[in-house]
Amino acid sequence: MTNLSASPLLVAEGLSKFYGSRIGCRNVNFALQPGEVLAIVGESGSGKTTLLNLLSGQLAPNAGAVRYRMRDGETKNLLDLSEAERRFLARTDWGFVHQDARNGLRMGVSAGGNIGERLMGVGDRHYGRIRETARGWLDRVEIDTSRIDDKPTQFSGGMRQRLQIARNLVTHPRLVFMDEPTGGLDVSVQARLLDLIRGLVADLGLAVVLVTHDLAVARLLSHRILVMKDGHVIEAGLTDRVLDDPQEAYTQLLVSSVLAA
Amino acid sequence: MSRTAENYRGYNFAYLDEQTKRMIRRAILKAIAIPGYQVPFASREMPMPYGWGTGGVQVTAAILGPSDVLKVIDQGADDTTNAVSIRQFFEKTAGVETTTETEKATVIQTRHRIPEAKLQGHQVLVYQVPIPEPLRFLEPRETETRTLHALAEYGLMHVRLYEDIAQHGHIAKTYAYPVLVADRYVMDPSPIPKFDNPKMDDCAALQLFGAGREKRIYAIPPYTKVVSLDFEDHPFEATKFEQPCALCGATDSYLDEVITDDQGGRMFVCSDTHHCETRRCEGHVGHLGMPVTEAAE
Repeated sequence: MTNLSASPLLVAEGLSKFYGSRIGCRNVNFALQPGEVLAIVGESGSGKTTLLNLLSGQLAPNAGAVRYRMRDGETKNLLDLSEAERRFLARTDWGFVHQDARNGLRMGVSAGGNIGERLMGVGDRHYGRIRETARGWLDRVEIDTSRIDDKPTQFSGGMRQRLQIARNLVTHPRLVFMDEPTGGLDVSVQARLLDLIRGLVADLGLAVVLVTHDLAVARLLSHRILVMKDGHVIEAGLTDRVLDDPQEAYTQLLVSSVLAA
Repeated sequence: MSRTAENYRGYNFAYLDEQTKRMIRRAILKAIAIPGYQVPFASREMPMPYGWGTGGVQVTAAILGPSDVLKVIDQGADDTTNAVSIRQFFEKTAGVETTTETEKATVIQTRHRIPEAKLQGHQVLVYQVPIPEPLRFLEPRETETRTLHALAEYGLMHVRLYEDIAQHGHIAKTYAYPVLVADRYVMDPSPIPKFDNPKMDDCAALQLFGAGREKRIYAIPPYTKVVSLDFEDHPFEATKFEQPCALCGATDSYLDEVITDDQGGRMFVCSDTHHCETRRCEGHVGHLGMPVTEAAE
């Protein structure tokens, strides 16, 4: 699935962010291939979310660069893009799945409207077509299509999360950022959601940057893994290798502290 | 050109001092230069409450000259409280001639209507605007709505229309219907009925919008393209009425529903009082009206 022959989709080069004298993250380097799922794991406060925000252009780094290969094949530094270009990129070629669906959805707008927003944002002006697409996506994320006119406030946590994913994928992005997509959901709902995400990622050939503190989620979804501690990447490699044969003391601690069910 | 109105000593011509007028005129010029863009201005306290047209009054005061003829309408009528008090305000503070005839006026201040008579190139229409931001109820943050305007990201506006169709089967918004001005800015035309939206397009008169509480001025220059937002399969449609005006029989004007008794009796009459009177003087009679000459007797 991982296409190693293609040039990378997203490259982080010496990415650093400081909050005054504190380190957000420091000198992070990696390359993400199209269709590859990269998990960033680490304890709370280790800089995972800072890194995600840097990668998605929501935060400006103090040093380093993020290079992204646009749909036309040209690789550009995100910092060189105008705000208009960056926002256009974010709502067409990218997706962002928040931990709390409230941050990623318009809670006062129906499910259909939520899914259709991106389409209307890129100029679709045909109600019937937008609605058909919304129905298709609801079906794909296993939400009953008869709920198309219900608001997310009437949805359960798992449904909201699935709706958020549909809303992001409707423009066929190539890269999706996920911040703890299964956080706060009960175990059976988590399992279903993970199954869904895994299916969609494989079907659509999505590249994903996944932030999680849950190693089980990382093992299920990701191909490669970055382990962060105190703002540094302390270990990186193939997911199975890192989780089965951790080299760093901290990674060993992290892996051994997972409760076996 | 400071001039005190002869019949209201102590006040500058048209109430506002000249420096304030200068500031407002600058905002108006900028608004005309960028059609549909909301220009912030230092709105003043006026001797009337917010919501009574403080924005419109300031714009009118800034553009009014001694030779202007002023008409003020409220929901199309010249004789309702808001219209009467603003007309008297300028009679007192500016001493300008006022009229109820649309054709005679050079400046028309309006609340919630555009006159039925076609506006001419020498006329200026001043709207009173309560909420200038069309995206406000979709996006509460001012910083964000400004960015959306700057980048022309108007998908959100269509989400609102989408929700209407999903809920009601058609676009249910009948007033303050959003428009795209000169292919660039989405604008709230103030709470005029959508019936009036087509009149804004390619209009010969200059249209100015003043929001006093929100401190914004915007404009549509003469002969500017103004398009009501819609979907390809749910096109914009102006309100149509099933019956003619009960007094003058007009079929092409916007009608108000008037309750006539407590038995459910009602009649539909032109909201533009001048339009209705003119037609009745010309001899048109609706099914509940009587000829003007008889009524006078």
